[in-house]
Amino acid sequence: MSEPLRGVVVCHGRMAAALIEAAEGITGVKDALLPVSNTDCDRGTLETRILDAVGAGPAVVFVDLASGSCLIATLARLRGRPEATVVTGVNLAMLVDFVFHRDQEPGAAAERAVAAGCRAIKVP
Amino acid sequence: MPIVLCRIDDRLIHGQVVLGWGRPLGVQRIILVNDEVAASTWEQDLYRMAVPAEIDLEFASTAEASARLADWRADALRTLLLTGDIPTMLALHAADGQALRAINLGGLHHRPGRRQRLPYVYLTDDERAELAGLEQRGAEVSAQDVPTTAAVALQDIP
Repeated sequence: MSEPLRGVVVCHGRMAAALIEAAEGITGVKDALLPVSNTDCDRGTLETRILDAVGAGPAVVFVDLASGSCLIATLARLRGRPEATVVTGVNLAMLVDFVFHRDQEPGAAAERAVAAGCRAIKVP
Repeated sequence: MPIVLCRIDDRLIHGQVVLGWGRPLGVQRIILVNDEVAASTWEQDLYRMAVPAEIDLEFASTAEASARLADWRADALRTLLLTGDIPTMLALHAADGQALRAINLGGLHHRPGRRQRLPYVYLTDDERAELAGLEQRGAEVSAQDVPTTAAVALQDIP
């Protein structure tokens, strides 16, 4: 792929910005991820924020919960967009993996990010 | 059992509705009254993902809901009635004011022409007047996003 994948993180409150700041602090990779918050907006405005962040190119969209306003707004606008893959249950390990694999197709990058995120969930 | 909560929330079904209110009120059924969603099976599928299996979820158009309010009011299921906008709630109240005695403003967010009244309530002056009219017709209107915050009576909403 010529253009690196865009990563968009859609979360409640300030969670997306905080996750991205942490991911950038760990990896040193800047500008790979864009935050979207559902704060102070209705569904239409949230959908616009998501579309603006995703743009027209290939992207993986990370959402916090597997239900709720963030996911519903994301799916409502990205339905029928095969170049955008949606992942729920975002965590820091997912994002750290993703920023180093943005040369992959969205589906493949999403699958490996999910695997990394799941591996990070343990009772040590 | 009367309808236990009548809520206006432009995000429709989300965590505050299902968890914030659903648990403490022991909600057994959520009825989403929204013409757009009532006509879209794929949008209904999206909203079903947000509701646990033990809570029934029904979708109705404004016209369908207006005709069924009396049945829902008489039903045994503890019901949360949800609209995404003020006009829909006004129509339902006109159809059956007994079913909608208290109206909860749960989330009306920024749009052009609205101004912020509370952190989660933005209204135009016309919308504010419509809600006042609802109170004049017997409803009690208050804003409260989740049960753990204080309710704000309409008269105290600037």
